[in-house]
Amino acid sequence: MAAETALTRTPPVPTGESGAGGRVRRTGTLTPYLFLLPYAVVFCTFVLAPAVYGLWISLHDWDYLLPGKPFVGLDNYKALFDSNSAVYSFWWESLSATGIFTVLSVPLLLAVPLMLALLLNRSFKGRTLFRAIYFAPYVLGVAVIGVLWRFLLDPNLGVVNAVLGAIGLPGDTPWTTALPWGWVTLVGVTVWWTLGFNAVIYLAGLQDIPRELYEAARIDGGGKWAEFRHVTLPGLRPVLLFVTVNTVLVSANMFGQSYLITQGAPGTETRTAIMYIAQVGLSDYKMGSAAAMSYLLTACLLVISLIVFRLFREKDA
Amino acid sequence: MRRVKPVAWYTVLIGLSLIFVAPLVWMLLTAFKTPGEATRVPPTVLPEEPTMGAIDTLLGNSQTPVLRWFVNSLLAATGQAVLVLAIASMAAYALARLEFRFKKLIFGMIIATLFVPSFVLIIPNFLIVDRFGMLDTLWALIIPGAAGAFGVFFLRQFFLSLPRELEEAAVLEGANSWQIFTKVVLPLSKPALATLAVISFLTNWNDFIWPVYVLFSPDQFTLQPGLAILQGAYTINYPVIMAGALVASIPVLLLFIVAQRYVIEGVSRSGLKG
Repeated sequence: MAAETALTRTPPVPTGESGAGGRVRRTGTLTPYLFLLPYAVVFCTFVLAPAVYGLWISLHDWDYLLPGKPFVGLDNYKALFDSNSAVYSFWWESLSATGIFTVLSVPLLLAVPLMLALLLNRSFKGRTLFRAIYFAPYVLGVAVIGVLWRFLLDPNLGVVNAVLGAIGLPGDTPWTTALPWGWVTLVGVTVWWTLGFNAVIYLAGLQDIPRELYEAARIDGGGKWAEFRHVTLPGLRPVLLFVTVNTVLVSANMFGQSYLITQGAPGTETRTAIMYIAQVGLSDYKMGSAAAMSYLLTACLLVISLIVFRLFREKDA
Repeated sequence: MRRVKPVAWYTVLIGLSLIFVAPLVWMLLTAFKTPGEATRVPPTVLPEEPTMGAIDTLLGNSQTPVLRWFVNSLLAATGQAVLVLAIASMAAYALARLEFRFKKLIFGMIIATLFVPSFVLIIPNFLIVDRFGMLDTLWALIIPGAAGAFGVFFLRQFFLSLPRELEEAAVLEGANSWQIFTKVVLPLSKPALATLAVISFLTNWNDFIWPVYVLFSPDQFTLQPGLAILQGAYTINYPVIMAGALVASIPVLLLFIVAQRYVIEGVSRSGLKG
């Protein structure tokens, strides 16, 4: 190891309070940086640099296929707000698609996994097995989930409509080809696919709530609901904050489900912002415009995340 | 805990299980049906005449080299897991145990990127990967994704929880930081390393949008973008598409069954201190 030579040996510094969390050993001045170096190189190249590079790209008329990439200032951003521009209507349509999807799926992805976690937060035989079963779809990629549900929900050939028809319900619902069914499909499939993830996080949170709090609540004579409101929810607050922010981020990132299941159908109504950004930037190679879109979307998400943090803080008082 | 009637209780649990398992079983069964039977109304559950036809079609088409995709997926996911373990564990050790300037700032910066939506990096990263000549190669799938902050964050938490006594004893014996890291800290961290390896593998195996746009030639594809190609090529020949989905599912489902504890552990941890 080349790093070996630079690692200086120093005697341990005697400390009065050994084992305290913040105490650290003294080492050669270069050593820590050598440990950091390999990760830092990858991190700077593929996270920090692109975050800044993207801003730079968004200020240019950056066509991947053309040699010249003239500086255009904020024009790419202005075009997104100018109803005469070529991208205006598609951009806002795709942003509203992402918005609709997020508004519909986030509440479900907060509530349903919580119910599931409460169900699993008891001791019974086979608990680990059932937890694994409910989590299983999540270990599959969106591509598998996408082609699978495209098949199951095929309006004419799919088994879902066949079963619904057989039990006397309408058997011709256009799940993947018309609205509002497209949204029902995208949201439903996403909930089915990812609810195990949130449920496992909730479950870990539930197990951290001290038993005594429940016993105290029981002595106070509150019912199940009072217990949930005054013990479970406050105990889960940090976990709820994480799950909320994370679920919003993931929903706003939605791509594969629309790409594979509805393919934007009926027209481009279910084409999400990420799908549109990818198409403009990586299929049409208009990277300046696409970069501008991605920063605008990031700004929206930042505002939403701050609002969520605020809401959770206010409940403190 | 309140007593529940076992029969009612397990009926609910098993009913719920069906919702999650039935679609996956349907995928499995369809892969062994003929195209006609797969879309018959009313549907048949078990294949009436089980056939390897779909699988033969899938493997026999040189336009869609599924076995090649399988190997590519395996290489990319394994490669990234190994890379993440190596670089994240070193960085996490420095952040957990060593003292240096701007440590808090550096850690804060890494953590902040957990909340940067990944799509914002896609376009600039496409150009960066292009500049390194990695477009349309597996390197594009292995290296950039290893920059994620989760591994560093996760291992740092774990290292902080290790008792210091063993490390202190090693210091007394004259070990340097590298020796302490490789001979004391890493062996103690096997469960955490296993968890991170499994999570990294799964994440990479399942990634979709990035490989769709950075890979172009059929030979370079992995299974996930490959499934989109199969869907386009076989449209309503569903047994072939389901056979492809099966190939993409089996390794991760097996890994999940074997390493369930690690997967669940990794996911639980991601929420606690987020």
